[in-house]
Amino acid sequence: MKINKFLKTTVAAAAVSAFAGMASADDVEVLHWWTAGGEAAALGVLKDDLASQGVGWQDMPIAGGGGSDAMTVLRARVVAGDAPTAAQMLGFDIKDWAGSTGNLANLNSVAEAEGWDAVVPAALQDFSKHDGNWIAAPVNVHSTNWVWVNKAALDAAGGKAPTSWEELVTVLDAMKANGITPLAHGGQAWQDATIFDAVVLGLGADFYKAAFIDMDEDALGGDMMVEAFNRMAVLRSYVDDNFSGRDWNLASAMVIEGTAGMQMMGDWAKGEFLKAGKTPGEDFVCIRFPGTQGLVTFNSDQFVMFDQGEASDSQMAMASAVMSPAFQSAFNVVKGSVPARTDVPNDAFDDCGKKGMADFAEANAGGGLYGSMAHGHANPAAVKNAIYDVVTAHFNGEYDATEAAEEMVNAVLDAQ
Amino acid sequence: MKFLIQRWIPRLVLAPSFLLVVLFVYGFILYTGYLSMTDSKMLPSYGWVGFENYSRLFGLRHWNTAVTNLAIFGILYIGISSALGLFLAILLDQKIRAEGFIRPIYLYPMALSFIVTGTAWKWFLDPGIGIENTMHAWGWASFHFDWIKNRDYAIYTVVMAAVWQSSGFVMAMFLAGLRGVDNEIIKAAQIDGASGVTIYRRIIIPMMRPVFLSAFVVLAHLAIKAYDLVIALTGGGPGRATELPATFMYSYTFTRNQMGVGASSAIIMLIMIFSIIVPYVYSELKSGDQQ
Repeated sequence: MKINKFLKTTVAAAAVSAFAGMASADDVEVLHWWTAGGEAAALGVLKDDLASQGVGWQDMPIAGGGGSDAMTVLRARVVAGDAPTAAQMLGFDIKDWAGSTGNLANLNSVAEAEGWDAVVPAALQDFSKHDGNWIAAPVNVHSTNWVWVNKAALDAAGGKAPTSWEELVTVLDAMKANGITPLAHGGQAWQDATIFDAVVLGLGADFYKAAFIDMDEDALGGDMMVEAFNRMAVLRSYVDDNFSGRDWNLASAMVIEGTAGMQMMGDWAKGEFLKAGKTPGEDFVCIRFPGTQGLVTFNSDQFVMFDQGEASDSQMAMASAVMSPAFQSAFNVVKGSVPARTDVPNDAFDDCGKKGMADFAEANAGGGLYGSMAHGHANPAAVKNAIYDVVTAHFNGEYDATEAAEEMVNAVLDAQ
Repeated sequence: MKFLIQRWIPRLVLAPSFLLVVLFVYGFILYTGYLSMTDSKMLPSYGWVGFENYSRLFGLRHWNTAVTNLAIFGILYIGISSALGLFLAILLDQKIRAEGFIRPIYLYPMALSFIVTGTAWKWFLDPGIGIENTMHAWGWASFHFDWIKNRDYAIYTVVMAAVWQSSGFVMAMFLAGLRGVDNEIIKAAQIDGASGVTIYRRIIIPMMRPVFLSAFVVLAHLAIKAYDLVIALTGGGPGRATELPATFMYSYTFTRNQMGVGASSAIIMLIMIFSIIVPYVYSELKSGDQQ
């Protein structure tokens, strides 16, 4: 066993030094799925910061949004006993890893020295901590209950941003009358679920918590859930015929071009608008999903460190660099999300970013900060996907609202 | 001495690959079988639960959809590919001009991967950019073809793309079979006054039985393991309307953290393949014995 390990290490070291030439024990190997231009550039900030402290960076990018491919690779590496130093993870994946392998590094020393407890919201700490110990450094907070509205289309439809469900329907009707597709949407399960998140939250924060976080049967199959599905059916009627399978960024493009009125999508959609040269407030408007003002459903990318014994110094350095306000600001300006710590100045952010930070702080203070079901922050992957199945089947016309609510209870019970 | 070397060299040469196959194919089949009886969730774990995963699997609506889709897809795909392949082969067998040019054209789709086929057909079939849009641009405004967006018909678009990909290959198999038919038999039939159609119907096609069998085996296992085509063409949608057992297996094992259920679906797929391959191998062995 020992010889085996020695052999493995030697071979690996030989291979690494042959290819990289300069790998040292202080390197961090980071598995992530930030491969798109802006994200990769933002990660460069972290790389440079670490390089200045003498910590090398071995990149291990696995493309594929949402990280399901990255998680598959990670699983293979951990099962083979060759975990990377750090890995990007989301929500319940962190809990599942912490619960099942237990070989995650303990970041308590750096967290205490830098006072993470005071600056990271409790709802996030729930994911960053396992058994009271810090195991992950949160990078950002995306919030998913945003609506991106084309300003010209909104002006033509009355000009007032909707603040309630009834007003939303009025605006959508007006947009339909104006001859554009009112709602740009891509028919993929996770996008259907993203809207569903906001619809459920719009029916009340307590209901959201009972249904998705506590997975209470009465909430999952009750009248409120039927109403949520009815609202989904209403929204479905404002989507164009060709929506199924469309990627989210193509739906964003429809809003940017003005062929569609609005898109309900997380804050990563802002990047598409900015890339197209649009200005927040002038060309497009960012509002919370009507009825969810003051509430935020979030998902948060975090770096989880795997326990690697003596390499822990560079891991601590990386954790500290991730949590530094400068990196949190630089990265999140590009990414469209808001910093995971609440004490980062908002100077560098645009209007929507500033609004996002204010909403996040408000939701945190008012107890209105909830993990997003659609993005794996409310319940485990098995349950999340079971809910996806029902939501997408209903959205595509397989169930009516009552059947969908019944099916929701069964699906969630089966998946637990 | 020489005898000994002759006897042992082939075994020595084959041993490494034999060991690798035993370990990485059959070893992991057994491992998957074992996992399907455990409580594995995100990572393999070894708590024994017996057949619980199987009973869960067959209780899942999603799995029923996948199996129903496989039945529709498999029957149509194998049936249409075989019929079309045979038809093309018979046409090509009429000693036509430029056969050497035409044959590779039909065979060519087989050289593409299913990902490429799926992506290309996704664009053809997309009402917004594909055939429907083109027809509208040409002035045929009432033309309507949105099967890929319709959950009741989407599985048939998967059949279309798969048939397009494979029928040329089946054609090549049949063409080889047709070329192997003894000319004397055909001449004898012609002397007896049989028409061209009768010769094909009563003599040549019945002689193609082994080719039908080979085509069936090749197409059947392609159908059961079909994954990349669905992922590229529809992504399993609209909704979950075009999920097949292979896509089900992947999503339960790797993205839904229900590895036990995923492993049990893999074993069911293995059993499906065995139930096709074993009778085939058995009949091959039996006919080999007779000769």
